[in-house]
Formats: sequence, structure tokens, C-alpha cells
Amino acid sequence: MKAVVLLDFWASPFGQRCRIALAEKGVEYEYREENILGAKSPLLLKSNPVYKKIPVLIHDGKPVCESLIIVQYIDEAWPDRAPLLPADPYARAQARFWADFVDMKVRSPYADASHEFDSCSSLRIATNNCAQPVCSQHPLTLFFMYQFFEYGSRLWKLKGEAQAAAKEEFILILKLLEGELGAKKYFGGDAFGFVDIALAPFVSWFYSYETCAGFSIEEAAPKVAAWGKRCMDRKSVANAVSHPDKIYEMVGVLKKKFGVE
Amino acid sequence: MAPPSDDLKLLGSWASSYTHRVQLALKLKGLAFEYAEEDLADKSPSLLLHNPVYKKVPVLLHRGRPVLESVIILHYLDETWPDVPLVPADPYDRALARFWCHFVDDKLGPAVGAVFASPSEGQAAAVEQVHENLRLVERELREGAFAGRRFFGGDKIGVLDIVLGCGSYWLAVFEDVMEVKLVDPEAFPLFHSWLRDFEEQEEVKAIIPAIDRLLEYARGVRQMMLGLSPQQQ
Repeated sequence: MKAVVLLDFWASPFGQRCRIALAEKGVEYEYREENILGAKSPLLLKSNPVYKKIPVLIHDGKPVCESLIIVQYIDEAWPDRAPLLPADPYARAQARFWADFVDMKVRSPYADASHEFDSCSSLRIATNNCAQPVCSQHPLTLFFMYQFFEYGSRLWKLKGEAQAAAKEEFILILKLLEGELGAKKYFGGDAFGFVDIALAPFVSWFYSYETCAGFSIEEAAPKVAAWGKRCMDRKSVANAVSHPDKIYEMVGVLKKKFGVE
Repeated sequence: MAPPSDDLKLLGSWASSYTHRVQLALKLKGLAFEYAEEDLADKSPSLLLHNPVYKKVPVLLHRGRPVLESVIILHYLDETWPDVPLVPADPYDRALARFWCHFVDDKLGPAVGAVFASPSEGQAAAVEQVHENLRLVERELREGAFAGRRFFGGDKIGVLDIVLGCGSYWLAVFEDVMEVKLVDPEAFPLFHSWLRDFEEQEEVKAIIPAIDRLLEYARGVRQMMLGLSPQQQ
């Protein structure tokens, strides 16, 4: 086994974050494709016993899990080049906040791949199906029940009114990102960094979101759209992320699997 | 030279374990700060101004600039005032600490919350979820990354102790209110002894609210959730 191994899945935006970070740092690594639709490899199960999910970075035999944690690890393990986080503590806090925001709001189905294909649990979450109406109405209950809403994937999983509502929410999220980006070249400023890495793989999903939900990201958030194109010009990003057409094809497969048509 | 801490303000809520995390970190680091209690049912203009995205506590204001999200705040405190470090120095240890902090907020915390929110039929399943998650932590203490350590941070309390510890007192509260056993010392000996040790620390005792206050609060929320009036209980 090489010194640096990445357990990954070709279409995973979370795996792609790690690939981008490794490329930015010029770190050589061995890429191992996991078949997340089939049986998980013994190495994956041993390396990520808690979540059993990709991506996992294995450095000198020691596993690191969770994509944003992996990206920070890559930054700190190879500190001598291409810093991914700014030096100033306040700027770092802001970068961590917005990267975390992307995770909370723009997640893809592959965030929870194992559950996704076994139990359609995220479809239940997406349709906010709570068995106890009394509990679901109280704000404190919602706080405790803590459901992850995959705002991006709701755009293609839902239809009709539910989809329209999901679209409005997603546009709000885009506008928040638009505001944070402002006139900067990247979210990190002049230098491509942590927040850019967190969001860049989802640019491949923009076409699918737009086509399924019927809206234009260029119109809703022109700065984010332009930023997306700038990211695609970077070799590290272009080599890592999926082609929008391939993602759209895969969304079609997933829609059939979930019975959404 | 570290910046003076005389321009630190914390917006928080007395029953919020996320707020306690920051209060504990500030105490461990010996940093003075101004505290403002937020009424979460009637949020202050300051909270809404400084956390427009989530409108949640805690919010740390340093020289008027907001830092949001408890774990991010802990990192910020460590990086701005490096004395009494909370986050490990080694990149791999940092990744491990961050992973388990994520686990607490992503899995264990919600599982504990689900026990509290569950109607009686769902309770057994919710309790089993908590046990499943505690088993993972117990394993790390027994034979994994944290084996042989007094605290997750080593000899001293670190970021993971703070994140896991501030919130673990809810276990005792929920055990009482829900009449259910969550942390059996025989099933989770290492977790149980770590928690006792953590709660005995002077700084921790100074931060965590009195148990009867927490019990009263939890009972009130539980009754509201079940739609019962206090008389009907």
C-alpha cells in the first residue's frame, strides 16, 4: 500500500473535495474505488467502522474520515505548501463556518450512501415524514429530532409543490453564498481555499438541479455561477470533479430507483 | 503576545450545552468575558445581527466580530490564545479529535435527544441507539485511539472532553425524567469513569447548571412535547 491511499467513489462530491486538496498540495496518492452500490471492502469497514462511508484517507496506515476533516488534515500534514486555510484565526473561523454551511445545506445523496440505497431513509427525511405530529410541531422537538435536510437532492427527489418549495429554499441558500462571495475571486479571497474546495464538487450538480427543478443558477446567483466556472479552470478541480452530463445521467438512474418520475 | 481578552462577549443560553462548551473553554483558558443571556423565544437584535444564517447561540463576539458554531469557536479560542491548548498539536490527533466531536454532534447527541423526544412506544429503540453510539465511544477508550488516557485530551481536558462532556449531564437528567437507564456503569465502565472525572473538575463544576434546575427544565419541555398540562401528568 502506498503511503497515502484514498478510498473513494467516482461521483462522490465528498471524495472529490479530498482529491482537489491532494492535487493542490501536489501529494501523490493511490486512489481506490469503492463500489458503494455493492459490498463494502474489508479495508473500508476497518478504516471507518463508525460510518462505513467514503471518503477515507489512509496516511501511513492511519485512517482519517469525514471529507472536511480530511481536507483540514491534508492542509496540516503538508503545511509547507499551498495553504488551504488562511493564517489569521478569524479568517479561519469564517472559512470553517462557510464550509460547514455547505455541508449543512448543499449536501448530495452520497452524504449517506449506505442508507440511501438500503432504506430510502433520506427520501423520508426529504418529505419530512414524522410519525408523531405533536412532536414535530414543537420547535424544541425539532431541535432534538435534528433532521438533515439534503436541500440539493430535494430538487430532483420531489415533485410539484414540494419541489417548488425546495427550489425556493435552495435559491435562498445560493443567495447567502452569493453574498458571502461578493466581489472576491474565490471564497477565500485571492487564494483558492477551504470553502472553495467544500463547494466546488457541487458545481457539477448545478445542471441537474436546474434541469430538474426548472430554474437558472446564473440568474439566481450570477457571482456563484462565475465562481463555478473559475474553479473549473483549475486543474486540481477539473481533474477531480465529474462532468455535469454524467451527474445528470446518474440522477436519472437514482430517480428511477426512488420511483420519482 | 496574546491579545487582551477584555473585548470578549458571549451570547448564550443557560440550558444550552453548546453555550457551556464555550464557557468552559473560556474558563480553562482564564479568559475574562461578558456574558449575555438570550431568551431563545425572543431573540435579541444582537443575536439576529451577528448570526443571521442560523440565529442560534452561542455567538462569541471578539472586538465586535462574531465567531459562530461552538466547535469553530473552540478552535478560534485556541488559535488566538494558545496558552492552555485544547486542540491537539499533532495533525493526526487533531483529525481524530475533530472526527469524534463531529460524531457527538452528528450521532450521539441526536440519539440522546431522540430518547427525550420519543413517545413511550419508541423509547426502547431510541435507547438502543444511544447504547450503540456509546459502545463506539467505549471501544475507543478501551482499545482504540484514546486507550489508557484519563481524558480524551490526555492528562488534561481537551476539545473532545469539552464537546462530549458538556451535554453528557443531560444523560443523567433524561434518565431521571424518562425513567430509563442510559449509562449503566457495568456496560460502559470507561465512559462512566471518564464522565465522573470530568464532572469533578473545578472548572466544569463552575459551569454546569445545578441538576435540579436542569431537571425542572427538562420536565417542563417533556410535558409540553407530550401536550400535557402539569396537572394532567
